[in-house]
Amino acid sequence: MTEIWQWIHELLPWFDGAFASVVIILIKAIALVIPLMLVVAYFTYAERKVIGYMQLRIGPNRVGPKGWLQPIADALKLMTKEIIFPSKANIYLFFLAPVLAIAPAIAVWAVIPFDEGLYVANLDVSLLYVLAIGSVGVYGIILAGWASNSKYPLLGALRSASLLVSYEIVIGFALVTVVMIAGSVNLNAIVMAQQGGLLNWYFIPLFPMMIIFFISALVETNRAPFDVVEGESEIVGGTHVEYSGMAFAVFFLAEYANMIFMAVLAVILFFGGWHSPFEGIAYLEYGFAWVPGIVWLLAKSSFFMFLYLWVRATFPRFRYDQIMRLSWKIFLPWTIVWIFVVALMTQLQLGPWF
Amino acid sequence: MIDKFGKLIEDFSLSELRGGMQITAKEFVNKKITVQFPEERTPISPRFRGLHALRRYPNGEERCIACKLCEAVCPANAITIESHRREDGSRRTVQYDIDLFKCIFCGFCEEACPVDAIVETKIFDYAFLDSRKGSVMTKERLLEVGDNNEKAINEAKAQDAKYR
Repeated sequence: MTEIWQWIHELLPWFDGAFASVVIILIKAIALVIPLMLVVAYFTYAERKVIGYMQLRIGPNRVGPKGWLQPIADALKLMTKEIIFPSKANIYLFFLAPVLAIAPAIAVWAVIPFDEGLYVANLDVSLLYVLAIGSVGVYGIILAGWASNSKYPLLGALRSASLLVSYEIVIGFALVTVVMIAGSVNLNAIVMAQQGGLLNWYFIPLFPMMIIFFISALVETNRAPFDVVEGESEIVGGTHVEYSGMAFAVFFLAEYANMIFMAVLAVILFFGGWHSPFEGIAYLEYGFAWVPGIVWLLAKSSFFMFLYLWVRATFPRFRYDQIMRLSWKIFLPWTIVWIFVVALMTQLQLGPWF
Repeated sequence: MIDKFGKLIEDFSLSELRGGMQITAKEFVNKKITVQFPEERTPISPRFRGLHALRRYPNGEERCIACKLCEAVCPANAITIESHRREDGSRRTVQYDIDLFKCIFCGFCEEACPVDAIVETKIFDYAFLDSRKGSVMTKERLLEVGDNNEKAINEAKAQDAKYR
């Protein structure tokens, strides 16, 4: 990285100072967002294929070979569609809402370390940043529900707000255990602390937290079986009812970007981030040393992304009060208990994690 | 007490969730049963009651003798027939309309016909492309369907004959 930087510096001596750093940040952001959008597009394709396969169907297969161009066709369709807004809606808030939904969904990616030293920003408090920006995302949904001036979207927004409040606490407590072991709220440091092979990853001491985190991530991203915010069979489409065309597509992008982010975050916190699973195993470690860390990160997170689809294909939607019960009566006590367990383990210096 | 404890263990090991996910995982790799419709078709019974057709004798003479039995038996009143005496003295139809919006595809017209003139073919993938008027099958169109599908109609009749 520094060599490339020097080379650029020699080639273009005027390329320096504040201007240069702004340009570099912009390039980094674009290099992050464009692949992200592509992954989102093909994640929707994967979703339709996987769920189709689990329902003994074969999913989209008409556009292009094996349906590979389906997401492109969907994107083109949504872009050319008319954007309709309700006549009594608050137009400014109505169009601000999708922006407020997508901006945090992309902004959280800034602190994700894809490999050793491969990140847009290395904040000391990146985990707190993730939690804070993640909470902002709900404003998009609430504003969408409110600004639509329509009943189903408002119901969806209310549900979303109360769900987010409940599960933010659970996620917070689950992450406290990770921070307790790693001793840092910097995602880089958390991944570095898991160095040294499969047994050092945090999913072993924090197995229940890992499951709770994943289920809470389903709720945070409004995924089945907790998709009461959209709840097609109950409140039509929830906050999406009045949105069409690109405004709807932006919500869609935000939702899927959040899902992928939660999968990557789960890998970083519990499955050793960019570290290879073969570290510390005599021959395999050197055999796989040529694989870049980002490949491991993406491979591990694609398992979690598959899990999202698998769960959606399997479980029926939870009733609203059941979701609340799950949060306040089961997850919250369980996370608090596990904080004490982790504290005890830290004191006793148990295992390779502390 | 023991039962309750066992239930607790079962709940916390997420056994039911895992069971459900095992089923979907099994189906994920199972053979898919989708029929790719325009290219592949499911088998159709010889008794299938689809689009109507009027048949002719092998010498080209139309079978229908305008007896109006089908018109009488039609429970949906979908059939309209006008008859006249042709120059050679035989009784024939001038108008034979079936309104496909009214038709319930019960097959009674086919059962009632003494000369096997009106039949229901296996055709089901038709659409009224021009307008709603296209939903009325006139005599000419019915004869055309019959001429185009005479072979298929004969095959279906032959297959079903031994059960009649």
